[in-house]
Amino acid sequence: MYSKDGENYFIVDAHIALWDARPENQRNVHGKQFIDCFYDYHRNLSPESELWTYEEYLYQGGERLMKDLFEDGYVDHAIFQPAYLGEFYHRGFGQTEEASALAAAHPDRLTYNHRFDPRDGEAGLDQLRADAERFGLKGVKLYTAEWQGDSRGWRLDDPWSYRYFELCRELGIKNVHVHKGPTIRPLDRDAFDIADVDHVATDFTDLNFVVEHCGLPRLEDFCWIATQEPNVHGGLAVAMPFMHTRPRYFAQIIGELLYWIGEDRIQFSSDYALWTPRWLIEAFVDFQIPQDLTEYAPITLEQKKKILGLNAARLYDLPVPEELQLQAPPADQPATGPRGADQLSEV
Amino acid sequence: MLEAQAVAALGTVVDPELDEPITDLGFVRSLQLRPGRGTDVDVEVHLRLPTSFCAPNFAYLMTSDAKDALSALPWTGRIVVELDDHHDSGLINAGIAADAGYRGTFGVEAERDLEGLRTTFRRKAHTAAMERCLTAVLRAHPDRPLESLGTVRLRDLPPGHDTEALIRRRAALGLDRRPDALVMVDHTGSGYPPDQISPALRRARATRISIEGNAHFCRGLLHTRYPDTPSPTASLIPLSVTPARPTASKESIP
Repeated sequence: MYSKDGENYFIVDAHIALWDARPENQRNVHGKQFIDCFYDYHRNLSPESELWTYEEYLYQGGERLMKDLFEDGYVDHAIFQPAYLGEFYHRGFGQTEEASALAAAHPDRLTYNHRFDPRDGEAGLDQLRADAERFGLKGVKLYTAEWQGDSRGWRLDDPWSYRYFELCRELGIKNVHVHKGPTIRPLDRDAFDIADVDHVATDFTDLNFVVEHCGLPRLEDFCWIATQEPNVHGGLAVAMPFMHTRPRYFAQIIGELLYWIGEDRIQFSSDYALWTPRWLIEAFVDFQIPQDLTEYAPITLEQKKKILGLNAARLYDLPVPEELQLQAPPADQPATGPRGADQLSEV
Repeated sequence: MLEAQAVAALGTVVDPELDEPITDLGFVRSLQLRPGRGTDVDVEVHLRLPTSFCAPNFAYLMTSDAKDALSALPWTGRIVVELDDHHDSGLINAGIAADAGYRGTFGVEAERDLEGLRTTFRRKAHTAAMERCLTAVLRAHPDRPLESLGTVRLRDLPPGHDTEALIRRRAALGLDRRPDALVMVDHTGSGYPPDQISPALRRARATRISIEGNAHFCRGLLHTRYPDTPSPTASLIPLSVTPARPTASKESIP
């Protein structure tokens, strides 16, 4: 819980990882390139006081994670969204055993989401059944640019993907977190394109599709799809730290999201360990849209409370203490279509 | 002088996604000229990108376009264009050296060509340029009804960077550039009825914000990765449209 100026906020960090990118786990040069890319994100967008050394960044371990999130970071509940990256790391990037054990030891604090890859075919379906039972899965994290053998990516609307979503439905895995990455076959088209999210969201209306990084670098395509599909949500991983280095850009991102998809379908996350939650939560509670950006209404207290925790708590059925709930709970079925247009001047 | 010509040629190569020249973005790491056969001059260029995992199709396009632009200069002999520090550097550099083309470079991962990709981003670039011009009109004339934007013509826009940029984007799409052409058109050149002006402008704004934000972030990451590049805080890309000077546009807008 975070408190400021007499207001209390229930905090759900909806996208965290426990990774191991140390040299002994790197399978090839791509393992180093991948963590170096993350570290550049970290160095580029963090306040100086929050910078980690490269060695700290390679691996954190469970103890440090618990401290950064729950002792120092105000977080009430956090959700693991692991990336496998088996072609880059011997034991994978996200540490399944360590993270799931941590979640099992702190079920009130942590939810473990796992992954699947439709290119694993029938065997992968059996594995998903086993994983759902073992981890008690409520959600999965999918990275469509995962390399596998000769393949460097897959689409959510591939026929095999549909088999997996049908199984998710059967197993009660209702939250599908999607991260679009750059390499996908064929290379002819825009690899960040999120049209496949549109197709599956229409065909699986009982599943929630949380598009991580709110579709960045294709914010406009995401907004256009999400405004029409009530089961498409936006995760703020990577977008949050723009508050510090590029506050006007962040204001425009959040302004566009609130305009197109509204306040009920946006989720806070630190993307730990890319960044730590403490400074992000403090900055977001203090954040306001600059006055000269008159095309956007100011962010309200209620909107901030929903984004920081209540929206994700609703998707994951997390108990929220009475005093931290809003008077009027968020709608079960969020509205679609752009909103706020008639109250606002257009520039 | 030859070096300046080479830089100018590279300046015609645009990052399709960010809609800016690779020379402005800092993507040209080095340029070397050496005497070649006869009167020819050999050129070696190294390109670099903000991350190892920038999309390989865009990386290929920029590398290939850079080689084509240099080849078009009458004095160039042997041309080497290499992309450094990318997850597909080996593949792309070998393909470019052999003039293997897109399909020859990527093999089974390539289906047809990258023209569709280029077209998608030319359309986005036009949409963003159009939004910049129309939002400037609105900021200069806050009382102007939104629906009337559908009647603004190219001759009504104040001269300047934004208008020139819009004309260039229209040329790239083959759209009408005559003074009486409507400003607010889709990629086929069709205008919008009054009730579609507001949603279309909002969509265009999201496109513009997305492109500008990506360009800003890419510059920042490039600087973090290669500290010798200019700091992005000094970059000239505004994160929002600055109000037009009233004197520049008052007479030109009805």
